[in-house]
This record gives sequence, structure tokens and C-alpha cells, in this order.
Amino acid sequence: MHIMYFTERPYREVPEEEVIKNRSFFGVPNRFFDREVGSRLYNEYLDEAVYAEEMGFDGVMLNEHHGTPFCMGAVMNVEAAILARITNRVRIVLLGNPLPTLRNPLRMAEELAEIDLISKGRLVPGWVRGAGSEQIFNNANPAYNREYFNEAHDVVIAAWTRPGPFRWEGKHFTYRFVNPWVLPYQKPRPPIWIPGVISPETVVWCAQHRYPYIGLGTALQSTVELWNLYGDTAMQEGYMAGTENFGYLQQIFVAETEEKAQELGKAALFGGGAANFSRPEWTLPPGYNSKEATRRLARQASDYGFLGITSETLKESGEDHHGKDTRARLRRGEVSIEEAKRKIYGNYQKAQDGLQIIIGTPKSVMPKLRLIMEVLHPGIFGLFQAQGPLTLEQRMTSTRLLGQEVLPAMREIAKELGIVDPFERAPGSRPYTAGTQRDSLVDLNALKRAPKRDESVRV
Amino acid sequence: MAGDWSEEITHVAGTDLAIIKGGQGKPLLVLHEEMGHPGWLNWHAALAKERTILIPIQPGFGKSPRIEAIRNVHELGLFYSWVLRDMNLAPVDVIGFSLGGWVAAEMAVANPRQFRKMVLVAPLGIKPPEGEIFDIFVVTQRTPLNLSIHDPESTPEFAKLYGGERTPEQFEAFEDARTETARIAWEPILHSQSLPHFLQGVSGLPTQIVWGREDALVPVSAAQAYKHALKNTDAQVTIFDHCGHRPEIEKSAEFIKLIKEFLA
Repeated sequence: MHIMYFTERPYREVPEEEVIKNRSFFGVPNRFFDREVGSRLYNEYLDEAVYAEEMGFDGVMLNEHHGTPFCMGAVMNVEAAILARITNRVRIVLLGNPLPTLRNPLRMAEELAEIDLISKGRLVPGWVRGAGSEQIFNNANPAYNREYFNEAHDVVIAAWTRPGPFRWEGKHFTYRFVNPWVLPYQKPRPPIWIPGVISPETVVWCAQHRYPYIGLGTALQSTVELWNLYGDTAMQEGYMAGTENFGYLQQIFVAETEEKAQELGKAALFGGGAANFSRPEWTLPPGYNSKEATRRLARQASDYGFLGITSETLKESGEDHHGKDTRARLRRGEVSIEEAKRKIYGNYQKAQDGLQIIIGTPKSVMPKLRLIMEVLHPGIFGLFQAQGPLTLEQRMTSTRLLGQEVLPAMREIAKELGIVDPFERAPGSRPYTAGTQRDSLVDLNALKRAPKRDESVRV
Repeated sequence: MAGDWSEEITHVAGTDLAIIKGGQGKPLLVLHEEMGHPGWLNWHAALAKERTILIPIQPGFGKSPRIEAIRNVHELGLFYSWVLRDMNLAPVDVIGFSLGGWVAAEMAVANPRQFRKMVLVAPLGIKPPEGEIFDIFVVTQRTPLNLSIHDPESTPEFAKLYGGERTPEQFEAFEDARTETARIAWEPILHSQSLPHFLQGVSGLPTQIVWGREDALVPVSAAQAYKHALKNTDAQVTIFDHCGHRPEIEKSAEFIKLIKEFLA
């Protein structure tokens, strides 16, 4: 099992009331950015990644967001390049570069090749469509999101694997001379993993390309459905999917005692957490969703939605509606910041009950981690450092305890469950024999023990 | 007033095109706005007494399938020119609203002779010299709809736009409309950098530009920019006070009178 360390690298000192007032991390005015804080945090995050390597993690995962204190990784490749040099063993896992926002995917191929070379073949690049706010920030036409994604991906792969020079004349990208001198260290190309939240289109695309799919803290029930969809698609593609094709990311925070963990872990709800990542109208700009996804959104029950967004929340956030949710009421000035905060932190227990975040001691978190592993059998497991105003020391303590106590226990469980990762068995390497039953990918009996999640709570 | 009009799918210009048709008399081409056809309103009914109103539903909206080859508003204009040729409609009177006004202007640029007279109602297409075009792509669906009226209280037809209540079907229709508009007009933001130049080549096409002074979506300053660009043809500007982006319903009586006189 491949266990990786992840942090969003948040700007942990943004005034919380500004996030709540803005009803979103994205778009908080940048006058609240302090260069001294930013400088210190970037360096701390690099140190944390090195420490995670020392503590026994197999990989360090980075991600990228723009225009938000939620995540300072605006140009993730810069951090990855530094980590390539200052770490020795860990995989550098990029989940992922937002392909549709790139004007020049050939440059992306070059950047990643450099990182792979400096790290001597430790790079695992991944791609995302980018949240809606990334399209707005980068002025990437959301109506072409999927087309940009597909073509930029094809450009990068071709640049790495097709002997140059050649001409590229696509719908969205044109290159008269593709011949990057610098090519990746790993042959024929670095392994590619894809993170996702709920889009079935992405799952099918991953299965077709034999790319492992990493569920980003998605509810177990819907994750199971999507993994079965992956497994069925793999069968049609002529291969057998297994644990090596899947990964899962879980937000977690541990401390020496339960009391301390519970007290500090509240930080994960800071500013409303992921529920306040962006406003609904920025998360789903026009055309970002496929027609099918829009149809689902228009008709779905209100307890299900993309990134927690339902047609109901979209309606409630509209200027014309007298929505009852806190965000709508905040906009109208009907609730105070203090009340909004009370509501946010009032969800702390619910968030833990629904496994949106796991908090405790190295011992007390194990049953929950075991349950996730039993249900999903993920070959890749990302442990996501809690968000919010935690000090470097508190974060390092959590990382140390995870490394010393939780990781060995997880590896034991993985062995017991027969979980292998993509480095132990190449995804897509096992042929599927027509007419036979495919391997079971999930444990539905274990799923029965999984708690029902309140989707309105997101951290 | 459902009996006043009908919708038919016609195979024209190499595609299936939904066209709303109502009234009698000489044809009047209506190019709808970026949110779609808002429904059959009083002004339609008033003009339909003397004119056959033809409202093609833009490809990608409603029952008209998207045409991938159309990648900007100029090309959408080329498509509608093809429609006019296939339907033998030219020269025809045209009235375009917002995005539809921009399309009409692009068509005039391509060939002014395909129109007899042109009415542009608060058209997109030119960057206003003062103020900014409202960015409809970063807000919820109904935000631009609500902003389109200066005084909703005294505009009874406002509640009837797009059938009033938001059904799942209307949610999808708006999303389709927003998607197609983003696809062809995301950047530059709802205008063209070359349109003002090429409008100078339009001559012999009487043009009526209509605007509401309090237009919150396309600032009224763009009215003079349009007039300036159309300097080689007879273009007049009428601006309604206490009026937003939809003079046709907010100043309905005055609007109908103005258009009837202009098209006479």
C-alpha cells in the first residue's frame, strides 16, 4: 500500500470573519495577504514534506488552487521541483495540474520532465479539470473544460512519448514544432493518477486510460458505486481492475491524547472548511458540467450534489431567493458572523461521525481507518493534514504519530486485506478473460457498517 | 395567448432549427437574447397584428441542436445569413435583443443588403466606453434576469418571463443557454474587438438603437459607441429613462410605438 502525506498548504492566518463574510475562501481580497506569513508558511510546508519522508510516508502529495487562502499551491510545480531536490525517497504526487486552465500544455510537459529528472524518476503527475473557480481565475472557458482537459492531456503524453519533431494541430492547441529536448526520467512516461470528487465521466475516462482513480474524501456509499463503474469499464477495456487502480484521501488529525486531539482538531472547520471553498455560482460556471450532469443537478434530491452543491443551494445562493441557509442569510445580513461561526463549529461531531474528518489518538483513529480500508481496498491512501490555524509543532506532532504508529498499523491491515499498490502491480496489467466474473473491488458487508454522511457538512 | 404562435422544427442551413412563428404580414426576424426566447410577450402580440414574427431559436438553445462549427458570434451571424438565404427571406426587417442585437450587427457587417431595417435593443458586442458589461458567467442563473429590469414593481410582465416559476426544465434551459453563450462569447467578455471597425462599412441600412438609461447589464454608454461605429449609415438612438435592459417590457407602450413607426 502506498501511503502519502498531503496538506493543502493553507494560508493559516487569514482572518476567519473575512472568509465567512465573503461566503467563500476563493475571492477573499488579497489585501489580507501578508508576505512574511506567506514566506514562512511556504518554507514550513517544504519542511513538513521532508519530515513526512523521515516519518516513513511513501509519498508526498501536492495540489493546486488559485486565488484562495484555502491552498497556497498556486503553482504546484514550483514546490514539486524543490521537493525533487530536498527529498530522497518519497514519490512526489501531483493531484493534480488543472489541465483546462493551461494555455500551453507543452510547457507543462517540459516542467514535469524537469521535475522527474531532478527527482530521478519519483514524479507521479496527475490531472484535474480544476474547480469552477480555477476556470474563472485563469479565464479558461468552462464550456470547453472537458475538451481542453482531453486535448491538453494528449499533448503532454505525445510530447513525452512520440519522437519529435512533429506538428500538433488540434482543436484547441497548435504547435508547429513539438520536440522537447528534456524528456522524463521514467520510461515510457511517469505513472499518472487522477483525483476526483464524484464525476462518473472522469471515472470512466480513468478506467479507459488505466489510470488509478483517487477519491478525494468522497462519501463511501457513492465511492463504492463509482469504483464498480471503474471495474465494469475496465472489463470492457479487456483488463481486470484491482486495488492498484484505486486510492482514497482522508483528512485526519492526531495528538497524544483524545482531549488534545479533539480540542485542536476543530481547526479543520476553520472558515467553514471545504463547504466554503467557493460560492456555488463560482463552483459551477456555465458549461463546466456535462449536459447529463446538469440534468441530474436539476432533478436531484437535495442531499446529493457535486462538491456539496445541489440545485437547492444554487437556488438559495441566487440574488432573488430568500434562501434559509446560513450563506444566503449572511448575504442579507440576517445572521451575524458570530452566529455563522457557531453554526460551523456546531457541526464538529457530525463531521467526525460522517468520516469527513478523523480525529483522535493513533489508537482511536484506527477503527475508522480500518473501516475505510475494508470497504474500499484502496492501493493508495492519502492522509490529509487538518486545515486551519494549527501551529507547525502541532502539525509535526500529528505527522510523527501517524508515521510511528498509524502507518505500521495500516500496512498490517493492507497485508491482511491483500491490498497492493500501483508500484507492486501495474494498473491494467492483468488481462480480463471474457465470460468470467471480475474481481470484487469493494466490500459491501463492510459498507453496511459505514455511517451515513450528512452531505451538507464538509470540512 | 398560446394560440398566437407555434414552434416548428425546420431543416435549414444544414441543421434542424426550431423557429417560433406568429402573426401575419411581412416577416420580421427576431433574434433572441443570451438567456433564450423569453416567451410570447405583449410587444410580440402587438407587432404580430401587422407582421409575421419569426424567432429562430439559436443553435444550442432549446430544441435547436448545437453546431460545433459556430465558435464565435461572428460565425453565428454567418449561420443566420445562410438561414435567410435558404428561407429566401432577405431583405428582411430584423430586431435583435442583447446577444441577438450583437448577432444582427455581425450580419449587417457581413452583408447589409440582407436587411431592410435593423433594430438593436441594448445589444452586446461593443465594449462600453464607460462602465463594464455585467459578467453573467460568474453569478447564478437568475441574477442577470433580476438585474435586467430597473423597476420590477411597475413591470407586470417581468413575472411572466421564461414561464415564471423555475422548473427543472427551465433550470436546464438556462444552463444550456449560459453554456452556449459562454462557448461563443466567453472572451473577450461578451463583445468583439473588431465589430466597431467593421460596422463602419455598413451603409444604406436604416438602424434604430434602443436602450434603457439604467441598463445594469450593458451600460448605456455603448449606445453612443454603436451610433459612432454605424456612422456611415442612418442610425438613430432612443434612450428610455427609468428603464433597464428590457425596454420592450419595461416601457412596452413606448417601445411598440417606436418600433411600429420605425418599421413603417
